[in-house]
Amino acid sequence: MPEQLVFAMEVFLNGLMAGVLYALVALGFVLIYKASGIFNYAQGVMALFSAMTLVGIMEGQVPFSHLINAMLGTHVHHFGWHLPAVLGILLTMVVMVGLAWLVQVVIFRHLVNQEPIILFMATIGLAYFMEGFGDLMWGAEIKKLDVGLPQGINLWIDETTFNIFDYGFFIDNLDIVATIIAALLVGVLVAFSQYTKQGRAMRAVADDHQAALSVGVSLSFIWVMVWSVAGFVALVAGIMWGTKSGVQFSLSLIALKALPVLMLGGFTSIPGAIVGGLIIGVGEKLFEFAIGPIIGGATENWFAYVLALVFLVFRPQGLFGDKIIERV
Amino acid sequence: MLDQEQGYVTADGRQIGGTVMDMRNITLRFGGVTAIKDISFDIREGEIRAIIGPNGAGKSSMLNVISGFYVPQEGQVYFRGEKRAPMRPYEVARQGIARTFQNIALFEGMSVLDNVMTGRLTQMKAGILSQALWRGKAEKEEVENREICEKVIDFLEIQHIRKTPVARLPYGLKKRVELARALASEPKLLLLDEPMAGMNVEEKEDMSRFILDVNDEFGTTIALIEHDMGVVMDLSDRVVVMDYGRKIGDGTPEEVRNNQEVIDAYLGVSHD
Repeated sequence: MPEQLVFAMEVFLNGLMAGVLYALVALGFVLIYKASGIFNYAQGVMALFSAMTLVGIMEGQVPFSHLINAMLGTHVHHFGWHLPAVLGILLTMVVMVGLAWLVQVVIFRHLVNQEPIILFMATIGLAYFMEGFGDLMWGAEIKKLDVGLPQGINLWIDETTFNIFDYGFFIDNLDIVATIIAALLVGVLVAFSQYTKQGRAMRAVADDHQAALSVGVSLSFIWVMVWSVAGFVALVAGIMWGTKSGVQFSLSLIALKALPVLMLGGFTSIPGAIVGGLIIGVGEKLFEFAIGPIIGGATENWFAYVLALVFLVFRPQGLFGDKIIERV
Repeated sequence: MLDQEQGYVTADGRQIGGTVMDMRNITLRFGGVTAIKDISFDIREGEIRAIIGPNGAGKSSMLNVISGFYVPQEGQVYFRGEKRAPMRPYEVARQGIARTFQNIALFEGMSVLDNVMTGRLTQMKAGILSQALWRGKAEKEEVENREICEKVIDFLEIQHIRKTPVARLPYGLKKRVELARALASEPKLLLLDEPMAGMNVEEKEDMSRFILDVNDEFGTTIALIEHDMGVVMDLSDRVVVMDYGRKIGDGTPEEVRNNQEVIDAYLGVSHD
């Protein structure tokens, strides 16, 4: 087999894996958008915040320690414990549910029936608030997140491919784990929305508020639930990205990578988020591989957005999104 | 004379029971506009009660008060003998009051069956995990609820569109699906907001038949709003007539038809 093709295959596989991580972030957007019509700009910051909280809880960091020390003149920093990852993740989830409840009670309950743009503005405010609040709570330094996920080259794939192609593929174990977790997550989300009472109520609320009320669905309960689920997805994305590149501010910028994914997949489709993520992941890696050297590289920075622009021109509702039909 | 406890026997020989819903001195204002002015009436078990009146009379407002979408400034609502505290629409629905809407509020993205199944949401009790895994209590519950829904679907003759997404249905069928969803919750009181609005004669006849059959078969108490006088008079046992937010008549269709004020409101009065 020609060398170039083998390289391309490796790039393709790595692209798929990267795409899964994009899809994880995009999923959080889709969930909230579907259920409440809110485009949640804060989704990326939620991933950052959840990862910070997870690190903080696992390391036994005292929340707001800088603030406490500055005001009281004390020197507290650590509780002195190290929690196992499972417990840390559970506690972080409790924090995310609490956050979901706060977001609903403090912000969105007062904005029922407002224009989408106003809701969007509110999420921008929420994003900046959470960014600062997270720093205040856990400190702004870069943190290392290790929940025991395997990392580094997968030797089995390396050896197998070496035996076949005479060239070992480099696939990161973390990416493989991320793929499996993303698949599980999608399975759980689909089962939840299709087969449970709460899922049915969620779809009902997404479709028509008035009708949902008339069959006995409490809107605020459903919204808290949706934000909790989005918080959970953010946590999963935060763990993956945090393990990969450390818990730091740039984590919140992955939200920007999710935008082209959403334009491709459609804002209202869970499978769309997955397929869109994969296309963007594979597309930008292959493009960089094939065209990058010719035009001087760094195409990964813009390829996704250009692809999204092309889609906007030819298929504005995305691959799987609901078609917008206006009767005249 | 109507007796509070005893009820009465209709012209076609049906026994009507005690009071289910009692509206006392309801007044509803929007800013400076008074939509409902000091209106009292009751709805009795097993009867078909109509609220009629010209456009803007306050009929829909009245229905929205009953279903909790509006909270009146004055007056009390008694439901099954108990005074009802101001509550949100979903709490009213959980008490057993189902409704349809004038402009149809269905879940357009879902199939007909799914729409009807949402009518059972308040009756489902199984935990979220067992539901997602489709095991134990949840499975039994889903089967039971499904049976009730299928019965309603059969009854309203919409079996052939069970799996069709609602968005694709014509207007008349949508109205019927909305009725099915309301019925699926086995309501103690069913509110219909202009069930015949925008329908042709044939569809109107179908809908009238379904309303009568529902009342007959399930003994459902029904309150409906309509401004087509002819239809209302044939369907209902007792009629409240509203005009400009006031009640101008209340009684059997026969009584209402001969009420001078009602005739004036509908036909207009000559001012000479």
